[in-house]
Amino acid sequence: MQKLKSTLPNMVIVLGLIAAITSSLLALVYIVTKEPIAKVQETKLNKAISDVVPGLDRFEEYKVKSAIGEDSLTFYKAFNKDGEYIGTAVKSYDNNGFNGYIEIIVGFDENGNVIKDVPLKQGETPGLGAKMADTESHFITQWFGKNLSSFTPKVKKDGGDVDAITAATISSRAYCRAMDLAYQTYLSQKGGNQ
Amino acid sequence: MNQLQNFSKGLLRENPILVLVLGTCPTLAVTTSAINGFSMGLAVTFVLAMSNMFISLLKNFISDDIRIPAFIVIIATFVTIVDLSLQAYIPSLYESLGLFIPLIVVNCIVLGRAEAFASKNDVFSSIIDGLGMGIGYAIALTVLGMLREFLGTLSIFNYKIFSGDGALMFIMAPGAFICLGFLMAIANMLVKKLK
Repeated sequence: MQKLKSTLPNMVIVLGLIAAITSSLLALVYIVTKEPIAKVQETKLNKAISDVVPGLDRFEEYKVKSAIGEDSLTFYKAFNKDGEYIGTAVKSYDNNGFNGYIEIIVGFDENGNVIKDVPLKQGETPGLGAKMADTESHFITQWFGKNLSSFTPKVKKDGGDVDAITAATISSRAYCRAMDLAYQTYLSQKGGNQ
Repeated sequence: MNQLQNFSKGLLRENPILVLVLGTCPTLAVTTSAINGFSMGLAVTFVLAMSNMFISLLKNFISDDIRIPAFIVIIATFVTIVDLSLQAYIPSLYESLGLFIPLIVVNCIVLGRAEAFASKNDVFSSIIDGLGMGIGYAIALTVLGMLREFLGTLSIFNYKIFSGDGALMFIMAPGAFICLGFLMAIANMLVKKLK
């Protein structure tokens, strides 16, 4: 078959057809993958919540206005099997990691002590800041059981109490800010309506 | 040129990274570890083979003046399909590659093959060309990833070989350029020898 000539109607029809076909194909793929994607994200979040508040049976989700920024943070109030309150998981973030956005989740007990913390999302440099994704590393475990009113959430270089990840001060600082944001917001909602 | 030659040219003689030096931006960025390089290579192989196939099928309907937008739309479609499927079915991989998958759209090698090969050849040769080029790309990325991961963290595929920390420079951008430079030198040496 001869190649189509570049006349205006030809071009409009061909491009239009290609666009219509590819977009319907994409719509199809989107519909098929929508549920699995939502499921993956939900399982990941649920796992993280039960990680940071061990013994959790069910949780209530609500938003609290951030103590520092404009956004609101999501809180997960956790209860055990007997319906007793065992702690609150707070999803917090920082926009200034070495590669931008990082997201963490922290569990606080009723006294405001950190139970556990895990990073949820991070795009830090592999071999450097990405070491924060290792939930058994000292950088993550050093927070366990600490109360941020006495354990200053700043790296030692900045006069705080946190051991930074070697050669990844910017990533460590971002993590500290996210922890601090979680704690400050947790305090503000404790003194407030809850 | 028979199909075997058509396939094997992408592996070394016209390797997209080591000889043609196309699409090096994502290459340098993702090859911080062997597994990242390998999976990026597979994603690109899929996109290349599929877009080559469709562009070759449609080549007679796409007139010269609109070929670039038409190719890009087709390529972007397959990239988005890969993106969504990874997100749904291999979330761990999506996390490490996330940012770079959408960038396959602007990877020169994909548009380059569409323009230079698929728009002039029949469907079967185009698929073979896409597969060969893609696998050549994947090999180059995997080797580069292994080299950088080994030098940077002393492990390969997350498997610790020696204890210790390695030279972090190789994980960062400068190390990427140095490793790629040496690999290109070796590849060009091999190509010359084979001639």
